[in-house]
Amino acid sequence: MSAIQNRYEFVYFFDIENGNPNGDPDAGNMPRLDPETNLGLVTDVCLKRKVRNFVEIVKENQSPFEIYVREKAILNLTHERAHQAVGAGEKEEGKKRKGKGVEVEKARAWMCANFYDVRTFGAVMSTGVNCGQVRGPVQFTFGRSIDPIVPLEVSITRMAVATEKEAEAQSGDNRTMGRKHIVPYALYRAEGFISPHLAAQTGFSENDLELFWQALMNMFDHDHSAARGKMAARQLIVFKHDSALGNAPAHKLFDLVDAKLWDNTKPPRSFKDYGIIIGSAPDGVTIEEKI
Amino acid sequence: MAYGIKLKVWGEYACFTRPEMKVERVSYDVITPSAARGVLEAIYWKPEIRWVIDRIHVFKPIRFDNIRRNELGNKLSSANVKKAMKDGKSPVEIFIEDNRQQRAATVLRAVAYGIEAHFEIRKGENNTAKHVEMFSRRARRGQYFHHPYLGCREFPAHFELVEEDFTDKSAFEDEDERDLGWMLHDIDFNNNMEARFFRAVMRNGVIDVPPFGAEEVVA
Repeated sequence: MSAIQNRYEFVYFFDIENGNPNGDPDAGNMPRLDPETNLGLVTDVCLKRKVRNFVEIVKENQSPFEIYVREKAILNLTHERAHQAVGAGEKEEGKKRKGKGVEVEKARAWMCANFYDVRTFGAVMSTGVNCGQVRGPVQFTFGRSIDPIVPLEVSITRMAVATEKEAEAQSGDNRTMGRKHIVPYALYRAEGFISPHLAAQTGFSENDLELFWQALMNMFDHDHSAARGKMAARQLIVFKHDSALGNAPAHKLFDLVDAKLWDNTKPPRSFKDYGIIIGSAPDGVTIEEKI
Repeated sequence: MAYGIKLKVWGEYACFTRPEMKVERVSYDVITPSAARGVLEAIYWKPEIRWVIDRIHVFKPIRFDNIRRNELGNKLSSANVKKAMKDGKSPVEIFIEDNRQQRAATVLRAVAYGIEAHFEIRKGENNTAKHVEMFSRRARRGQYFHHPYLGCREFPAHFELVEEDFTDKSAFEDEDERDLGWMLHDIDFNNNMEARFFRAVMRNGVIDVPPFGAEEVVA
């Protein structure tokens, strides 16, 4: 499997209906907000977590698609996992580092070969040697809503209590109140970069890339929960450069894609309220609409 | 100052973490020479050259924002990896729920900088024109080795080659002098990764960066 040869950028639109896409631990799990603009935020690590979970479900956590940073919630029963041995003969001469470095180098190559998330996003190894770091080719930015969001606080009741003490205090009434924070509707936009040079260092291949696009397209379908309401990937626009170095500045490509509210007198409540406009690509760049 | 280059970089967020506040990250007020070097190296670098940052222009007001995220508490343990490599089936994994650390980051918002730099030839033939040409060609077309970033990889840096002079007005144009305190200059990789610091002073929106070996740069 050879590494990818082209540079990519992507713009990813996903939306939420009556749910909380990404809670803010600093604000009692309210949806994240940019305090200056009231635009909603979804962190890079939140999106990466979903990619990892999707790959873990689809590939059943088997080599070479094992996932290193896992969530217990989607622990599957395939505990019997065999890692592939990586040929030690693959190393080029002249890149040898002394003693410990060689070991780390081997461990690093082995991790990249077996673990999809290390190959894609990178990882840091707990050693003093500087090459114990893997920088992954895929770089995510924060997702941000197109329009300001107004989170709602929804109070809910539960017809049960957790402890006997509570039951006694309520003399058998047994009710507790809870709170949910939801965003009625928001369309979010995240951007990302994929560097073929870093892909060469981790062995991130065309197959891996295909799987990554699959993950972006389908990851919300495997991530339903009480908190998240309806989330869906709406549009994935990929800019593929003809070369590894790239053929156009990234920010100019991102500027080609714009989401517009048809009627800005009303707050948006569905994806139909938005139109996504895509300009024409400069020479040497092809636009692929995956969704 | 032959062979200098000028690059404008900007982005939504940035986090140039202060070494004394690394766990709950707090960013410096402005980009460090070390981070600026990283941006240039992301666009073009070869082992023959070393980028040297001369001046940093600060165009936008300094504003902060807070982001708290669930992060992983520890790193990948190489002992586990070794064991799994030997027997081919020991699990290598980390469960985020057992290893969670919620960390806040105080990051910069809406930044724009001008970087003035040149490079020194470290070894090999003295082919400065080639390197300048290659860097400029890449920066002009928006090409890069990997996408440059402002301190952390989730905060990408957009960039533009500036051929003449910076045209942006600085928000600090009328401020004669602002002392930004001690700031990381760069890491001395030849000397056991020792960090070296300098006293960053912004005069009318421009920070003059002393050479790495200068007297005022101390460890």
